[in-house]
Amino acid sequence: MLIDAINGIIRTITRGSRAYKLWVGVLLVLAAIGISFVVKQASEGLIVTNMRNQVSWGWYIANFTFLVGVAAAAVVLVIPYYVYKYKPIGNIVLIGEIMAVAAVSMCLMFILLDMGSPERFWHLIPGLGIFNFPQSILTWDVVVLNLYLFLNLFLVVYALAKIYAGKSYKTGFIWPFIVFSIPAAISIHTVTAFLYAGLPSRPFWNAAILAPRFIASAFSSGPALMLIIFQIIRKRTKLEITDESLFKVGELITWAMAFNLFFLIAELYKEIYSATDHIASLDYLYYGLQGHDRLVPWIWTAVIFNSIAFLILLIPTLRKSFIPLNVACVLIFIGVYIEKGIGLVFPGFIPGTLGEIYEYFPNSLELWISVGVWSIGFLIFTLFAKVAIAIKTGEIGHANPAEEH
Amino acid sequence: MSEDIKGKNKGSLTRRKFLAGLTAGAAALALPAGNADAYMVEEYFRQHFKRLSKDDLKDILKKMEDELSFKYGKKITVKATPPMDDVVFGYALDLSRCIGCRRCIYACVKENNLSRNPQIHWIKVLEFEKENKKWQSLEHSNRYYNPETVPEEGRYYVPVQCQQCKNPPCVKVCPVRATWKEPDGIIVVDYNWCIGCRFCMAACPYGARNFNWGRPSVPKEEINPNMHYLGNRPQYKGTVGKCTFCIQRSRAGRYTACVEICPVGARKFGNLLDPKSEIRYILEHLKVFRLKESLNTNPKFFYFFSLGRPVKR
Ligand code: SF4
Ligand code: SF4
Repeated sequence: MLIDAINGIIRTITRGSRAYKLWVGVLLVLAAIGISFVVKQASEGLIVTNMRNQVSWGWYIANFTFLVGVAAAAVVLVIPYYVYKYKPIGNIVLIGEIMAVAAVSMCLMFILLDMGSPERFWHLIPGLGIFNFPQSILTWDVVVLNLYLFLNLFLVVYALAKIYAGKSYKTGFIWPFIVFSIPAAISIHTVTAFLYAGLPSRPFWNAAILAPRFIASAFSSGPALMLIIFQIIRKRTKLEITDESLFKVGELITWAMAFNLFFLIAELYKEIYSATDHIASLDYLYYGLQGHDRLVPWIWTAVIFNSIAFLILLIPTLRKSFIPLNVACVLIFIGVYIEKGIGLVFPGFIPGTLGEIYEYFPNSLELWISVGVWSIGFLIFTLFAKVAIAIKTGEIGHANPAEEH
Repeated sequence: MSEDIKGKNKGSLTRRKFLAGLTAGAAALALPAGNADAYMVEEYFRQHFKRLSKDDLKDILKKMEDELSFKYGKKITVKATPPMDDVVFGYALDLSRCIGCRRCIYACVKENNLSRNPQIHWIKVLEFEKENKKWQSLEHSNRYYNPETVPEEGRYYVPVQCQQCKNPPCVKVCPVRATWKEPDGIIVVDYNWCIGCRFCMAACPYGARNFNWGRPSVPKEEINPNMHYLGNRPQYKGTVGKCTFCIQRSRAGRYTACVEICPVGARKFGNLLDPKSEIRYILEHLKVFRLKESLNTNPKFFYFFSLGRPVKR
């Protein structure tokens, strides 16, 4: 049985269409390029990046922050499916959870890459090392991220194992885990926001609105990515995903984006109207500070993309036809990636605590390494999802396709 | 915080033995293992400074001295002098005297064996323009001023280093307690324990923490051989360092290197608990202020003006 299953899995991931093989091949090559730069960084130190004392976190932490949001968004699908028994969304919940697994894995990779001495990770292991819990909010993040990773892995593997065996799995046993996954998802992004919000040294981050904004932007960008991936999956595999469920996701994105823009306005109003010294970072981001304006085009791109996407989504007829819906999703994904990455992490350090303006922007090594991580993330997702779909559609195992899981 | 680390000490005995066993095992595996290899293995498995027993610490210091003496080609001593009783160090800087000559920066680099390439400075001297409408706004300061001579007319200078906060945000955020406040008020870093996450750098409001982005390097001829485990011993790539009030000096009853070098006597240092100390005199008789008081970091680093106008050289 187990041998059978392993054989089936290996068969599934090694066989596929030309497009599939090409996709996996490209990802492997990009991952290898990324890893070659990681080797350089490991031997020479983080000095090979553009980060310096003035801007001590950069592109890696930016990606980390964005991806925590993507991971948290899986719950957007879990809530209506399990709690409100909204069945049409059923087939895609599994895929959402797999996406969460891939996204959290990428988060952990980015964290490791950002550490100056990653080989000392054992210092963090409670018992062996010292885990400064609950004082350091970073330790909270370590806890919730790992918990969330294992929770999603467990939910997916449990469901797949049951389906594989041809049994209908009862939600009774896993119900507590499912319910728990909802606050867990919210918590990973909230705690990540708290990392920043708890630092009075950086007025740009030291705002109560940060956590709600994180959640709102995550619940728009994560599902936006999912919507696109679901359409690809539905085209290329036998997995059935109804239009209705996709439009439901579109509706969720609309609401989340509405909140995101509202919070942005609240934030801008507070800073601009009170106009204290604390506005410096915001000035730098949106207008440029003392002639330094590297991020200005980026943030306006994000604002414009998000606003256009929101307007598209607001109109029900547009939201319910695929071309405008997809345009909106792509705009939101790019918009939030800029906003949560470049637009959140970098300006927190600019100007620095002693007023210095160091215009950080990632160099090609940082970009290549991040491409490598994303490739590995996509690889995890692709392979995992392919196996899951094969099990679900009965290609391997003993699933009863007629039954709605 | 220090209590609960101590509390875990008992439990760590077996763990230490276990780790020591691992170390020995790993060292035996790495045949033929030279001393340097064995040292590296020991270093990798070394426990947090506060968890080291007296004997272990003695052992480690001895091995470290041997290693460093060999590496730098001269006799090097590494101490772990504990804090003195009834001493909390404080610092005061006379802004009306400072001429912005940056001698303190380089004395600090030399004393503390800071990396020359890439360059690391634990002290920063900021230049402000008097004409500026916003006197206190740090954004209008300049760290990279470079005139023929200092001080320049219409400018004043504000040196900044670790403010040795009584309520240090850097300590709070560290996920592994690699940085902490000693009983004499000095905030130290265990260079062997820091994982290089740089959360403390984001949290410090004074730009006081410096990361070793590359491999630190100090020329053999310039190494200062009198070292302290928590202070001026050479640091590692990928870890954080900061001003320790020259712990190797201050705990031996000496002035810090920056106090000693300052040509105009702008820098004052002493025991805050000693009512007869110079620092206490300044706090009691002159108007002092601290940077970013609103953040409630409660620094033990004070600024004051002793004169109406800056001294001319
Ligand atoms: S000045 Fe910065 S490094 Fe020094 S104790 Fe305060 S927060 Fe920590
Ligand atoms: S960089 Fe080192 S000292 Fe600073 S918070 Fe991280 S582990 Fe602690």
